[in-house]
Amino acid sequence: MACISPDGKPTLSGARMLRALKTKAGSAEEVSQSAGLPLFRVRSGLRELAQAGLVSQKGEKYELSAKGSELADSLPV
Amino acid sequence: MEESKEEVMSLPRLGQAAPPFEAVTTQGPLKLDDYKGSWLILFSHPADFTPVCTTEFIAFAKIYPELQKRGVELLGLSVDSVSSHIAWARNVEEKTKVKIPFPIIADLNKEVSTAYGMIHPGQSKTETVRCVFIIDDKQVIRTILYYPLTTGRNMDEIVRIIDALQTTDANGVATPANWRPGDKVVVPPPNTQEMAEQRLKEGYECVDWYLCQKKL
Repeated sequence: MACISPDGKPTLSGARMLRALKTKAGSAEEVSQSAGLPLFRVRSGLRELAQAGLVSQKGEKYELSAKGSELADSLPV
Repeated sequence: MEESKEEVMSLPRLGQAAPPFEAVTTQGPLKLDDYKGSWLILFSHPADFTPVCTTEFIAFAKIYPELQKRGVELLGLSVDSVSSHIAWARNVEEKTKVKIPFPIIADLNKEVSTAYGMIHPGQSKTETVRCVFIIDDKQVIRTILYYPLTTGRNMDEIVRIIDALQTTDANGVATPANWRPGDKVVVPPPNTQEMAEQRLKEGYECVDWYLCQKKL
């Protein structure tokens, strides 16, 4: 997994996406911009975060779930 | 006498939609769809930890910033495992100080390499040859290059093809032999007699009605 380590902790790129979504819900393109990650990685990462129940998708936009918000809040700034 | 059956597959061709895939890579699972809106160079190499492939990966890593400026992503592939790819990329970085910044598909079950016709049994039954598929932002195959196992690819030519294709798309022109950005481009030839008669009066630099060039 690219965004979540086997121990359940977000990887560096996973943490960047969670932080980007903590600021505001956004499309894959917007997350790519604010996280500074290539779009293909963000699309794949958001799929993974959604499978882990950390984000949900509404139309084109992604937002943190309650579990995702909790995890994002626990990330070091 | 034992009968041997070989499955005949239709290989991807220029102008066709790139075959979709979902693959395990060194940057996590990736689908072709993840690249929608970007150009993609999908390329295969025979095996990790081999000399020619190592020189190619270093060369691909060096042109990656130039490709990114052109909205192009790189995606490598071989039939080695992710662990092998990771170990090789780490070794390349340790020994040459060049980081491999793009993902590499671990195509252990040969699904992607089969769909793209990357295994040429006359060269090797188990390894992929050196293929380059240039896929545009609409996921249409625009260029296919095949190199034999013993010949490393020419990165200048790969960047040149990207420049030529993007220039063609942006300006509705073609590019002549050995064209480089900044050179004159070829005006599409007329396809009616009336247009042919008109062509020589249109202010282009013409050898004759069917070969006219202009500066962009």
